[in-house]
Amino acid sequence: MRLVKNRIEPTGSGTVTLCPEEPEDMWHAYNLIRPGDLLKASAVRRVTTTQDTGSTSSLRVHLMLEIRVKNLDFDAQSSQLHVAGQIMNETQHTKIGQFHTLDLELNRNFTLEKEVGANGEGVGWDSIAVEMLKDAVDEGGKRRAEAVAVVMQEGLAHICFIGQFQTILKQKVEMSVPRKRSGGSDHDKGMTKFYQVTLDTLLRQLEFNTSTTSLTGNDPVKPILLASPGFVATGFQKHIQGVASTTMPALKRLLPSIVVVHSASGYLHSLSEVLQSPSVKTILADTKYARETRLMDDFLEQLRKETNRATYGMREVESAVDQGAVGRGGGILIISNRLFRSQEVAQRKRWVSLVDRVRDIEGGEVRILSSDHESGKRLDGLGGIAALTTFPLPDDEDFDSDEDNTDSPPVVTAGMVVSNGQSSAVY
Amino acid sequence: MSRHRMKTVSYDDDDDYDDYEEDDGYASPDPEEQARLEQCIQDVLSQLRGGEPSVSASREEVTEALWHYYNDVTKSVNYIRGKKAKEVQKQPPKKGTVSSYPLPPSWSSACAVPFSAAEFFRDSPWLNVPEHRKADIIVEPLHPRLGLLGGAPEAGGKVSKLAALAAARKKKESEKVAASPSPVPTPKAEEQKPEEVGDNNNPASAPSRSLLERLSSSHNGRQLKPAEGGLGGLRALGKGSRMGGATAPTKKSSLEKEAEIRAQTKPGSVTQPAKGEEKETAVPQQQDEQQAPVVNMMASPSTFATIIVGDATRPVAAAQSSHLKVQSVDVMDIYGQDLTEAFDFAGPSPDDLVLNAQSSAKGFKSKQPASKSKKVDLTGGMNNLSVEEKVSIKSKNLDVLSEYKKVERKKAASFVVIGHVDAGKSTLMGRLLADLQAVDARTLEKYRREAEKIGKGSFALAWVLDQGSEERARGVTIDIATNKFETDKTAFTIVDAPGHRDFVPNMIAGASQADFAVLVIDASTGNFESGLKGQTKEHALLVRSMGVQKIVVAVNKMDTVEWDRERFEEIEQQISSFLTAAGFQPKNISFIPLSGFHGDNVTRRSEAPQAAWYQGRTLIEELDTSEPFSHALEKPLRMTIADVFRGGVQSPLSISGRIDAGSLQVGDQILIMPSGEKASIRSLEVDSAPADWAVAGQNIVLNLANIDPIHLRSGDVVCSPASPIQNLTSFTTKVLAFEHLMPMLVDIHRGRLHVPGRISRVVATLDKGSGAPVKKRPKIVAPGAVARIVVEMDQAVPLEAPARIVLRAGGNTVAAGLLES
Repeated sequence: MRLVKNRIEPTGSGTVTLCPEEPEDMWHAYNLIRPGDLLKASAVRRVTTTQDTGSTSSLRVHLMLEIRVKNLDFDAQSSQLHVAGQIMNETQHTKIGQFHTLDLELNRNFTLEKEVGANGEGVGWDSIAVEMLKDAVDEGGKRRAEAVAVVMQEGLAHICFIGQFQTILKQKVEMSVPRKRSGGSDHDKGMTKFYQVTLDTLLRQLEFNTSTTSLTGNDPVKPILLASPGFVATGFQKHIQGVASTTMPALKRLLPSIVVVHSASGYLHSLSEVLQSPSVKTILADTKYARETRLMDDFLEQLRKETNRATYGMREVESAVDQGAVGRGGGILIISNRLFRSQEVAQRKRWVSLVDRVRDIEGGEVRILSSDHESGKRLDGLGGIAALTTFPLPDDEDFDSDEDNTDSPPVVTAGMVVSNGQSSAVY
Repeated sequence: MSRHRMKTVSYDDDDDYDDYEEDDGYASPDPEEQARLEQCIQDVLSQLRGGEPSVSASREEVTEALWHYYNDVTKSVNYIRGKKAKEVQKQPPKKGTVSSYPLPPSWSSACAVPFSAAEFFRDSPWLNVPEHRKADIIVEPLHPRLGLLGGAPEAGGKVSKLAALAAARKKKESEKVAASPSPVPTPKAEEQKPEEVGDNNNPASAPSRSLLERLSSSHNGRQLKPAEGGLGGLRALGKGSRMGGATAPTKKSSLEKEAEIRAQTKPGSVTQPAKGEEKETAVPQQQDEQQAPVVNMMASPSTFATIIVGDATRPVAAAQSSHLKVQSVDVMDIYGQDLTEAFDFAGPSPDDLVLNAQSSAKGFKSKQPASKSKKVDLTGGMNNLSVEEKVSIKSKNLDVLSEYKKVERKKAASFVVIGHVDAGKSTLMGRLLADLQAVDARTLEKYRREAEKIGKGSFALAWVLDQGSEERARGVTIDIATNKFETDKTAFTIVDAPGHRDFVPNMIAGASQADFAVLVIDASTGNFESGLKGQTKEHALLVRSMGVQKIVVAVNKMDTVEWDRERFEEIEQQISSFLTAAGFQPKNISFIPLSGFHGDNVTRRSEAPQAAWYQGRTLIEELDTSEPFSHALEKPLRMTIADVFRGGVQSPLSISGRIDAGSLQVGDQILIMPSGEKASIRSLEVDSAPADWAVAGQNIVLNLANIDPIHLRSGDVVCSPASPIQNLTSFTTKVLAFEHLMPMLVDIHRGRLHVPGRISRVVATLDKGSGAPVKKRPKIVAPGAVARIVVEMDQAVPLEAPARIVLRAGGNTVAAGLLES
């Protein structure tokens, strides 16, 4: 995302003009734009006019519209963001208060304005928002490698794209492979078919040029991680090699970037194991998601070993912060950015103030995990927030009783998105 | 172009046809033509009356003649006169006939009757045209003449057999009518009869006769048949009544009736083909008409017409005279076809029947419905060939449970072989099967050769169970394999489970099919210790948590430690303490030192001197001590699908598995969950033998019909539609934690079924003994603790209490327990 204009005032109000350049920027926009913000972008609106005679004519007009955001709809599969709201500027075709849904497009500027109201409504550009903006515009200029992972087991394959901030399940391949039977070769046949279908799907998702002429071209190929329990991934690699040497020479370009990794199962949550394997670590080096994955592992390890020095859940963490346990000397607050996407301003304020307090007052470390990554998913399972504390907290049960009523219990939200008839989960 | 031409030609044909029809019916409304026609008719009639000899002809005859001679009055007069003269000539030789041809006085009145088709056709040229005239009548033949029906012209002296038969039939029919008032048989009919009968009885005498001919003759026989049974048969009764109706009415009404019949016979080209046949019979028929002038002036529709048009035109046939009955041969017995039955083409043609039979034999769904009730007898044999439509599988409606109780059978038991990877599970089972002759020596020898070829000679025995190419290449069992063998007391089913940790899901599937377990332990130094840390422990815990009570510990590879008794006892002591801790009762644990590779203490006692210290049971003896296991036969059907495969040509879709509860039989409707699709059981196999029913505890293969394979996956549950299993997305379960539990992502396993899910909430840790909550909402559940947790899944999964489930994460089993709700 390119920062075109930045007019954030010290009060927290201000406008920012941004130009999204790649699909992942839509995800950033999705995190930046909150209900209540003002969003200005070019729009195509169908305007219907009624003549005196009663005949109607409709035409599409290009307009610059400013809306007060009411609702956001993010389609992670196709990286499309639809922002719905009420029109705030009067044009010759629209009136104030009419509803419009803006579809943000790549390489088209949009201007986002956040205000801090006089009486506290609106959150303005708080620390989290500023941090997200920094992430979005990638100040450090450190674009990191992306990878494609195929997590598979017999008859099941998940093809996902691991981006910097999100992991997108592109497609799930599910086939019924006959089991081994005495005297039958159905199993081998079934596996070959399964490999072929998976390969076809993978190539389609990669938009891989399979023509022989592309052999000479040297457009970069993303690393492809094949992960499975047992020998499925190895078998798939062999299958690709076989196809490359016989029917599809263009695949040879793909071969060097294939890495076979072990995973415990073919389900998506084995991805954490994939990302931790040494061979993957060398490829993906110090990426954001690798760090996040390690952080979650550390936390869970701590929880197992010294149960009292780690805590999770909204109330528990807030209580730990209140006791000053998440401070200097190893206190780490781990929080999922899902919490900041809350539709309620009060909720967002609650978590932003907690983050600010830990970072600025307590002196602890704050890590914001992307809920669209595997590690964020694990964190969401724990309620979206967790903390490593500097000293063991007493194992108190006093707020157990009322917790069910006041707080939503740590429930994993399933980020299921269904598109194009394929069931896909988005991290 | 040529096609176009063809098209044009066919149109022309149609036009001609239409013209013909129009003319034929005198439907032309042209008044001028009508007037001219009237004039001609009057001329002819007057000439006929005035000429010598004076001949009276009906108006219709005249009209007909005029039409044929294109309104040429002279020709028409000549024709009619000639015709009448012939008729008169033929009368004298007929003796014993009751009535003569001379037209009854009512003729004139008949002429006065408003124009009717019956009148018009009564003596149409193809019925009584003089022989020499025949060639002159050119009625456009719409279809090729059915030469086979024709035969040599009568004038040739020798009447063709068919013609003779047809003639005889015609005569009989008219006789039937004539005979009812006076039962005197015609001599002519008598002389015809022997010939006919002879022909029917001796088809060889007419080698060149076509099938059609034979059919028509058989029809002839059939027509006579009902009379044999007197009026007892329903059909005969019907005929009788019709006959009564035919004889009673006045001439006019009978004429009208015939007109109807004619009209029905007329449409289209129906009578055209019949013409060829009838020409031959013209002369005898004429006689018949003379014999029965009042009742049946015209021949009944030809057989062909009857067949084509249907029952309505069934000749107004009547009871046959007694001598006919005697001579009638039941040709039905010879040709088995009743062509007098209206053939409505509702049933499939013989070709269709053959195709149906072929296609259904190939396993395709037959598109043609099975032959309807109106079966054609000739094709009856082929009907038997056709396979029943698959859609409706007849259930025998057996009371499976009482059937099950009736059958005396050996007690059956299935066991799962578990243990760490490379403990020698598959080899031990291969040895067991080989020693019990469940595998023949030749196959074993083949395995041995092939295994040595790839440098894995020691794996030859394991190849009995490791059938997969990958399994053999790598020397590792990947998926479960089932096999069976029998001892004197028990029929055993072996489930050989993989030991590698990656394939624990498969092992769980195997364990869910077993009554008890055989834990194989590698006794060799180092391997035992590593196994204990690895899958030895995990497998033992898993089978216990899946409800297995009895465990046989096979301490394998004792030959590698020189049958060291101390080693054995050390292992025994360690394992038994672990198993007791895992919840096995000491009386259900037994230890056997053995060597699977050499076969010591497997089926035979070890001959090694070092092993003499062991005097306990061998493995097979130990297996035989297993108690029979009871299964929930009375409960609703539940079966987890272990595999979906193509059974073969005859059964394109098969599933296998072990019935967990209930029973089923061939023809049952079953419900597959979670898809909710129904299927019917075409056939089933119990332990690879075809059977009509199966009950809980048996390993079966179901061949299904009426379901698409995409609705079937291994892990789905088969249940009865009456009491379906519910699909859950969330459940509460009481588990024993093997590792730390907290809200986390897990795989949920139940037999073959495994799905991703997550622990969404830890409700409480429970007291192991009483089950009372110890601590509500703990942050984390320590290994070894019992806890109540809530598990959620992304997709709906068929589960119901009290299912035994296993939770795994990161390749480790983290918990196992009982589903509560």
